[in-house]
Amino acid sequence: MNTLQAILPTSAAAADVVFRVEGLMHQYGSSADARRILDGVEFEVRRGAFVCIVGPSGTGKSTLLRCLSGLQTPTGGQIIFNGARVTEPPQGLALVFQDYSRSLMPWLTVLDNVTLPLRAGSLTRRQRDEQGMAALQEVGLANAVSQYPWQLSGGMQQRVAIARALAYRPAAVLMDEPFASVDAQTRADLEDLMLSVRKHLGISVLLVTHDIDEAVYLSDQVCVLSGSPAKVAAIIDVNLGSERGQITTKATREFADLRTQVYQMIRRPAAVKS
Amino acid sequence: MVAPFGPHRPTRLSRRIRAVFVEAWLPIVLVALWWVLSARFPSTYSPPLQEILRLFRELWLFEHARTDLLPSVVNLVLGYTLALAAGVGLGTWLGLSPRLSRVLWPTLEFVRAIPGVAILPVFIILLGVGPTMKVTLIAVGAFWPILLNTIDGVRSVEPTLRDVAASFRIPLKHRLLHIVLPAASPQIFSGARISLSVAVILIVVSEMVGANGGIGYFVRSAERSFAIPEMWSGIIVLGLLGYVLNTLFRLLEARVLAWHHGMTTRTQRDGR
Repeated sequence: MNTLQAILPTSAAAADVVFRVEGLMHQYGSSADARRILDGVEFEVRRGAFVCIVGPSGTGKSTLLRCLSGLQTPTGGQIIFNGARVTEPPQGLALVFQDYSRSLMPWLTVLDNVTLPLRAGSLTRRQRDEQGMAALQEVGLANAVSQYPWQLSGGMQQRVAIARALAYRPAAVLMDEPFASVDAQTRADLEDLMLSVRKHLGISVLLVTHDIDEAVYLSDQVCVLSGSPAKVAAIIDVNLGSERGQITTKATREFADLRTQVYQMIRRPAAVKS
Repeated sequence: MVAPFGPHRPTRLSRRIRAVFVEAWLPIVLVALWWVLSARFPSTYSPPLQEILRLFRELWLFEHARTDLLPSVVNLVLGYTLALAAGVGLGTWLGLSPRLSRVLWPTLEFVRAIPGVAILPVFIILLGVGPTMKVTLIAVGAFWPILLNTIDGVRSVEPTLRDVAASFRIPLKHRLLHIVLPAASPQIFSGARISLSVAVILIVVSEMVGANGGIGYFVRSAERSFAIPEMWSGIIVLGLLGYVLNTLFRLLEARVLAWHHGMTTRTQRDGR
């Protein structure tokens, strides 16, 4: 049904595309006992789009994300980020990790955590701090700048991690199950935060999740990963408008339909196999 | 930055005073006991404490402090600083190269197991009995605990932080200064603490065996000439030196590792 070409003609101007993933293969180990994880994954992320990659646990989402971020070299295919092939962590790509308690530095204050990646640039300390403050303001943490991450709640820590990504002024933010370690209420708050940040700053977001509701709620497009080794089972456009609310949007017919559609796409290939 | 503990906490000052009292009563009792018993039953080997303290004032405030204590302290500080610089520097390098450190680890563990005192004769043959020998001996002896702890600390840096550093393209210099070394600092400090006591032992031993000055030499020569009260006064100075160095170290550690203590108490309290 939804082939990649039908939805995203490859002729689309390259400048409008932040991520282009072509025939991505990855396997661990070699030859006989190799474990194939990714089998020709293909998709695109348009500039300014919010795309969620959704798939059940163990479908190779983490491997895909590590390849996308340049932390791991895939065994086949290629990834184009911002017009250049990814061979190492590319410039202009910011990561938000699942485990905030491990991805923040407990010896640095909130502000220093946010500005650490900026130290390498040509900014003065003052400019860095201003940029960091602006990002913290964006995530609603202007009052916590001089605290340490471990003094904050889990949700606030993840906000710090998001602020660190924003302060980096990236072309795209890559998020790995960013809300999987917080409670449901906080999770909803953080989802809405990402929607407003994205709207406000116009950045591209690629978010990996196993949660179908989350994927549909956040996305302009949902990229369904399925099978073992994983392939893109479908790319589904989400036309829920730019104004979304946890209660209103999730109560709509369209939301329910999309949810069902994604769920079926996740189940189907597995069902065919068995 | 300190979280409030609730409305009924005692004032800071009164808590301080209590804490001092809790820690101080035993030493006071012990010194008083020593004073009374040594005055009551004086012997050649345990002269009255009063006599020892009189000599302590006479000798160490400040004549011998300058001629005997100061050179020892200078050697100690020099040797320890060298050990710190080399241990942390090499340890970081080895910790960041897992293959190399795996190859070297058994050898390092073996060399570390040789007591510093055991290689003293080698150093005397090679370097004589001057300050160079003492500084080298301290540096070499204090080097190992710092080195091994630094390697261990650097190796166990949270892998997610490596990913953070790599994905944000944080350059090596900042990685070392703001990620690797702070992450390893609790381990480095525990190595440095062991090294400090090793260094104090080594300076005393080196001066006792072959030297013509220094606090260790003073104690040894007092003993040889049966100047027992003088010997005791020197031992008290050594005790005080060790105590002062340890206290300074603890103060520095509390400052540098404030985040670590804060985080661990927080984690324990929250039961996470």
